[in-house]
Amino acid sequence: MADPGLDELKFRDPARARALSAALAREVAAVGHEPVSVMHVCGSHEQSIARFGLRAVFPPGLQVVMGPGCPVCVTDLPEVDEAVALALAGHRVATYGDMVKVPGSARSLADAEAEGGKVDVVYSVQQAVELARTHPGEEVVFFASGFETTAVATAAVLLNGVPGNFSVLSAHKYVPPAMEVVAEMPGSHIEGFLAAGHAAAITGSAVFEPFAAKHRVPVVVAGFEPLDVLAALLKLVELIRGKRAEVANMYPRVVTREGNRPAQEKLWRVFQLVGGRWRGIAHIPDGNLRLRDEWAHLDARRRFSLDISGLHDRAPSGLAQRCICGEIMAGLKQPSDCELFGRECLPDSPVGACMVSSEGSCKIWHTYGGLPDLREVRR
Amino acid sequence: MCLGVPGKVLAIDGMEATVDFFGVRKVLRLDIVDEPVTVGDYVLNHVGFAIRRIPPSEVGETLALFEQVLKEAAQDDLMAADVRGELAGLPGARSDRARAHGSTPAAEEKS
Repeated sequence: MADPGLDELKFRDPARARALSAALAREVAAVGHEPVSVMHVCGSHEQSIARFGLRAVFPPGLQVVMGPGCPVCVTDLPEVDEAVALALAGHRVATYGDMVKVPGSARSLADAEAEGGKVDVVYSVQQAVELARTHPGEEVVFFASGFETTAVATAAVLLNGVPGNFSVLSAHKYVPPAMEVVAEMPGSHIEGFLAAGHAAAITGSAVFEPFAAKHRVPVVVAGFEPLDVLAALLKLVELIRGKRAEVANMYPRVVTREGNRPAQEKLWRVFQLVGGRWRGIAHIPDGNLRLRDEWAHLDARRRFSLDISGLHDRAPSGLAQRCICGEIMAGLKQPSDCELFGRECLPDSPVGACMVSSEGSCKIWHTYGGLPDLREVRR
Repeated sequence: MCLGVPGKVLAIDGMEATVDFFGVRKVLRLDIVDEPVTVGDYVLNHVGFAIRRIPPSEVGETLALFEQVLKEAAQDDLMAADVRGELAGLPGARSDRARAHGSTPAAEEKS
């Protein structure tokens, strides 16, 4: 066990943070226009920025926008509807915790459970497989959410062999194509991207190279400690200033250029890329990870005849129609722009998915104090 | 969900490793780790699977970081809650349902 004595300050050391912050301010000023807008695409980056109050040490000319980094938030209504339909049909639905409260067209899985459906929260797909083993008389469907890092775990259990009463309803998403769409969205002026460290641990930083070249924007892979984030932003603004559309890896203790090849191999043996809607954002070509045809026998969409038409014959509630989660996920708005934020929409009674998930921007801002722009206070 | 939690490998049995996470022993799957793991190595956990063997030179720093996250854990600290969720999610962990209103891993903390 490491001495909790204080190596950790290496990544939280205030002196280093101040030095990075000062360098960042110089670098932003040197770009020659304001604001310099960059986007991160990981809820854990927003957690880190909000939790540590990093916006207070960002220079005023730097705008760090939250992108589509919350897999729960971008799960589309019909995907939730499918899980709800399975639960209401008497099957046992196992899923990660945040998915239970995410609203579908008319119901969430929590609603389905209240109506008698069987819904189990698991922290690992392995636990869902165990549920299938301990409930041999039931169909156990794993409602799978998460980006590529999480999809790899789903792939691994299928490759290991699963009981005959186990199947997967995949809502897994693949981040790189969503970055393509967001980069070209009208109204977005993103000049550089921070890429998510743990997704890149699987895919490798090289996965962003075609994107950087095509869109003429730099991409920096970033870790999650305060100094990781500040150092990555500094690198990103340097690249912006130099007009260098390159990929840099500022998280080398976890990420390599080629990534985790055995994991990639498993991922693509089980999953294929399919276009689909990301909730509130857009149709994302190649944005969804779906089971390949060889795995059709374990695909809940093919094992069961899912009829979700009855689940979305009701229009969304008035409140839901006013939710701007999609625009927030696309980086066009922030939680404080929403009239529901902190009023009708709260973590205990969320209107939209951004307030449900611990990676959702609204939940994060609500937890750490709304719009944490402490620069106003400092001046 | 995107957080990874590092732990020290105590024993290996096929594709499963017993891993020490800050004094808590859990079983972790080794199916998707990036390179072969041996006893004494440190690995990064994501939803019950090792996703990376952490180079020895990085171990002290990474461990200290997570000690810090856990130490600072407050009720509504989402990062710490996710870390606890990661630990709770290991296959060897109790699979009590976090039936819960929060439905975040924090709800599992007391189990």
